[in-house]
Parts: sequence; structure tokens; C-alpha cells
Amino acid sequence: MYKFPPLAALLAVAAPALADGSFFVAPARADAPTILTLQNHKFSPNVIRIKANQPAMITMVNKDATAEEFDSSDLKVEKVVAGNQSGNIRIRALKPGTYKFMGEYHAATAQGIVIAQ
Amino acid sequence: MIDFATLLIVFREVIEAGLIVGIVLAATAGVPHRSRFVTLGVAGGVAGAGLVAAFAGEIASLFQGSGQELFNASILLLAVAMLTWHNVWMASHGREMARELRAAGYQVKTGERTLAALAVVVGVAVLREGSEVVLFLYGIVAQGGATAAAMTMGGVLGVAAGAVVSALIFYGLLAIPAGRLFQVTSWLITLLAAGMAAQAVLFLQNGGYINMLDAGVWNSSWLLADDSIAGRLLHTLIGYVQEPDGAQLIAYGLTIAVMLGLMRAVGTREPARRLKTA
Repeated sequence: MYKFPPLAALLAVAAPALADGSFFVAPARADAPTILTLQNHKFSPNVIRIKANQPAMITMVNKDATAEEFDSSDLKVEKVVAGNQSGNIRIRALKPGTYKFMGEYHAATAQGIVIAQ
Repeated sequence: MIDFATLLIVFREVIEAGLIVGIVLAATAGVPHRSRFVTLGVAGGVAGAGLVAAFAGEIASLFQGSGQELFNASILLLAVAMLTWHNVWMASHGREMARELRAAGYQVKTGERTLAALAVVVGVAVLREGSEVVLFLYGIVAQGGATAAAMTMGGVLGVAAGAVVSALIFYGLLAIPAGRLFQVTSWLITLLAAGMAAQAVLFLQNGGYINMLDAGVWNSSWLLADDSIAGRLLHTLIGYVQEPDGAQLIAYGLTIAVMLGLMRAVGTREPARRLKTA
């Protein structure tokens, strides 16, 4: 039979959180979401400042007629926002630093950064 | 004129789905009627991709704005379940099939059982990558003008190039000796499923449903970046991410453990029972 020592360790880590229910609870939102507008396939503002080490929320308002995908491997987010709609993008607690994001469907113009400090 | 940015983005999405189709085709080599099921999966995926693209806004606004994340996580977990079922089924029956090769009818039965599951996997892969391509290409068409023609040309070439690479991967897998092929595809499917489970966790995190162990455990972007072509290919194949967090690693490890555990359990039970009755 196979042995899974890591599995036991993983369950030991996960069990307390499952037991007290914190595993499936939405994160507390400390600050109001930052509004990020997309128009003519450009982000405004294209520099977003957030506090480091705590979760944040960005609301992307797409004023273009076509869909755009907010894409950032730095922030680990891929989110499609349909034309003339808005979408909420959760940012996990970040270490201080600069994180790039782009609109994947118009990467030539839709570029921006998040600065956590 | 050809727009290369468009070619690249479409190429990338097509290979991501094509890799999965290639692995499924290799895993079912020799199973009768498999092309019908795979074609059904692809067709279903394309139709679904159109629907998902058309209703992207509606899906996104469901469940307090996290419908898109929940939807993505759900279809990924569905694919993980189907891949697990296929591997476990093959572990218990594939061995007998290979050893005895007796009635062709038996092979048809066992093969077709999991063909339906794999058709779902193909459908889900095409649906996910396809909806991005549809949204992207629709945006191009909606823009109109001379650049739209160049970008459409790039899109068409991207689909063609992606299909060629996927076919090469499929034939590459087929070059593996028949005895080994089953082993190799089992591993590929196991890692494919583990990567999908980890990504489902990421979507659940981004939707706000899981928020523990979300700090990056390591960062190997200096070695292989998520945005590079190789990084993307490995992401699709084995779920590579440059900076996985604890919850994703748990999902990854757990999927492999459960898959191997189940395969081992049914794989050893079957022959033992057969020996007793023999």
C-alpha cells in the first residue's frame, strides 16, 4: 500500500480551519474598492496604490463595448468583464512591491500596475 | 497582412485545449468509437464556448458577482472527477484488457464507459479556452476597419498553428510503445487533473470562497514565468504556476494521492479476486 505522510500533515493543517468554518467565509473588506475604468482599451488610473499585507478589492468598470480580461500572473487573477459592465477583482494580501496587470484582449494599450505599500 | 499579437493569443488558447484533446486521444488509442465521442466533446465545447462568451456578463454577475469564478471552478472540478473516473476505471479493467485481449466486445464496453467521461473533459477544455477566443475575436470583428482584417487573418492562422502543434503532440505520444503508452497517459491524466484541481482552488480564492493558506510558498518566476509559452504549456500539462500557495499545493497533492490511492486499490483488488476464482 502507498504511504502518504504529506497527506496527514496537510489534513492536520486544514482540519482546524474546516472545523471553525473559516475555510469558506468571504474575506473581510477593510477598505472601499478601488475603481478602475477601462475606456478605449486603456486603464485609468493605470497605477493603483493599495495597502500591503491586507486583501483589497478593485472594481473594474468596462466602458468599452467589447469584453476585456483583466489578466495578471503577478496578482494571480484572470477575470473577464463584459462590455459596458463592471466586475469585482479580489486582490490577496500582497507583500510590498509592484505588480503588473493588463487587459489580455488589448495588451498593446491596456496596461497598468498595482503598487502595494 | 497578418497581426501577430492576435496569432499568438489564439495559438496559445488553441494549444491549451489541443494538449488536452491530444492526451485524451492518446489515452483512448484503439478504443472503438472514440473519435465520435471526442468530436462530440469538441463540438459541445465550441457550442458552449459561444454561449459562455455571449452570457459572460450574466455569468459574472451571478452569486454576488463571483459567478464567473464559481463557474470556472465547477467545470474544472467536473473535469477532475471525470479524469479520476477514467484513470480508476482503466486501472481496474485496462490490465485485464491488455492481458487477455479476448472478446472484442468486452473492450468496446469498457472503453466506451469512460469515453463519455473523457468527452466531457474535452468539452470542458474547449469551452474554457474557446470562450476566451470567441470573446477576443468578437472584439476584433466589432472594431471593424483594416486592422480587423489583419487580426482575423492572424486568428485563423493561430487556430491552424495550434491544431498542428496539438496533432504533433498526439503523434508524439503515439510513438510511445503500446505497453508503455497506458502508463504514460495515466500519469499525464493524473497530473492534468492535479493541475486543474489547483486552478479550481485559485478560482475559489478569487471568488472569495476560500481564503486560508493563500500566501505564496515559493516563486520560481526567475526559472519559468507563467506568461512564457513554455510556462503556459506546463501549466496546462502539469499545472505549473510560478508562485503556488498552500491551498493550491494541498489541492494538487490531494488529487494525486486520491487518484493513485484509488487506482492502486482497484488495480490490486481485481487480479487477486481473479486468481481465487481461477
